[in-house]
Amino acid sequence: MLLIYCPYCEEERSELEFRQAGDAHIARPTNMTEMTDEEFEAFFFLRDNVKGLTFERWRHLNGCGRFFNAARDTVSDKFLTTYKAGLPKPDLSTLRPATEATVETYEATESDAK
Amino acid sequence: MRKYSVFAVAREAMRGHRGWEAQWTSPEPRKEYDVIIIGAGGHGLGTAYYLAKEHGITNIAVLEKGWLGGGNTGRNTTIIRSNYLYDESAGIYDHALKLWDGLSQDLNYNVMYSARGVMMLSHNIHDQQVFKRHIHANRLNGIDNEWLTPEQAQEFCPPLDISKTARYPINGAALQRRGGTARHDAVAWGYARAAADRGVHIIQNCEVTGIRRNPDGSVAGVDTNRGQINAKKVGVVAAGHTSVLMEMAGVRMPLVSYPLQALVSEPIKPIFPCVVMSNTVHAYISQSDKGELVIGAGTDQYSSYSQTGGLQIITHTLDAICELFPIFRRMKMMRSWGGIVDVTPDRSPILAKTPVQGLYVNCGWGTGGFKATPGSANVFAHTIANDAPHKINAPFTLERFRSGRLIDEAAAAAVAH
Repeated sequence: MLLIYCPYCEEERSELEFRQAGDAHIARPTNMTEMTDEEFEAFFFLRDNVKGLTFERWRHLNGCGRFFNAARDTVSDKFLTTYKAGLPKPDLSTLRPATEATVETYEATESDAK
Repeated sequence: MRKYSVFAVAREAMRGHRGWEAQWTSPEPRKEYDVIIIGAGGHGLGTAYYLAKEHGITNIAVLEKGWLGGGNTGRNTTIIRSNYLYDESAGIYDHALKLWDGLSQDLNYNVMYSARGVMMLSHNIHDQQVFKRHIHANRLNGIDNEWLTPEQAQEFCPPLDISKTARYPINGAALQRRGGTARHDAVAWGYARAAADRGVHIIQNCEVTGIRRNPDGSVAGVDTNRGQINAKKVGVVAAGHTSVLMEMAGVRMPLVSYPLQALVSEPIKPIFPCVVMSNTVHAYISQSDKGELVIGAGTDQYSSYSQTGGLQIITHTLDAICELFPIFRRMKMMRSWGGIVDVTPDRSPILAKTPVQGLYVNCGWGTGGFKATPGSANVFAHTIANDAPHKINAPFTLERFRSGRLIDEAAAAAVAH
């Protein structure tokens, strides 16, 4: 189970209190009625589904109830950082740990070990 | 290929089992193939098999990053059923179910398909209404599905607790008698052996790192860690990693990858005669021929490629199992594992051509792809061979997310998502 730092409560809480809420930094279109089908598909259905570093929204549902953003590695599930909604993407160059070397996933033990 | 038979077993028994040959070879990749399939799971190997058997295309390579059948084919709970609500889904899943029946003979490989019945438990009036709607819809599509009273359900599955004081009381069940299980590894191995026998190259430890394109945009081949391999047609059958591969060709997919877990108990003598699912309390259980109880848990709530999952997901499922079957409360769980499933917005698969000429994709099976293995492989082979979909998979396009013609099993598939 993950421990997730809520930037509003300012403490690490159990994953059970949180819900993932999709990709972060996606601006909801303001001209929904004028969009083409292609544009709507790209906004509504298509996903980058990133393997590796991704930016996503989380909600502290069974806590303060607020949405915030997180930078997470989807291979190791490690949270690099969490930050309040509305803030720009943080500079991760100083934060990025070597997760694949330390976590025993298939990726770490089989793929890269070859 | 030497045929497997009772006589072969007897002959080998006489000479100390020294005559068994390798089930498939591991050739060096050629420079060029007619078709490349990315992913040597059941769906990918099956596609190669049906391309060779039904469409006369044998110059095929199946490329696999890890080992054969090591992805979701080797990680699922082997449940087979076809009682889906919508006509399109009923068409493809029942096509698969008809192929399961006879697959062992077709492949000359015992895939241990056992039509022992899949029973879905109803716990409340809403379950009952939904299941009865399913039963009627299924019957209109010629798919068997029947309603059982709690007493009939217990008769069919004796360990089931149907007492009124149970934590999750049961007010009935839907039963598909043709549903059941098969041996997952044998499915991958059987398809691999039969495909290799027809000249298909199965190349393991070969990771695709890029998809090459011609100046006109069509597919030219793939880059791998074992060099460049050319082909005019490439089929991506990579489950949870589909988005990663399709991104190499510049195609963004309507997919999110989640970990899905399963676990098995210590092996015990035969006690559990069928497959039982409960969507309301989320539990899937059957007993393998080795004697282990095979239990399916849910997906984690967040997207991930970790091939593992949270412990709370497993314990939640075991809570439900122990309430439904008090007899199992003191059993020990032996192993648990996770696979990465690719989930579409409408929870229906995509078996289709893509905007890139010569690139085909078979993905989006989400939490329930194993049951469809033969049917999926069969119609996907047709799609690749003819550069046009079979009428069974024609609705399962990539474009449906643009046109809005969704096959919305999300609420209808009779499983909790």
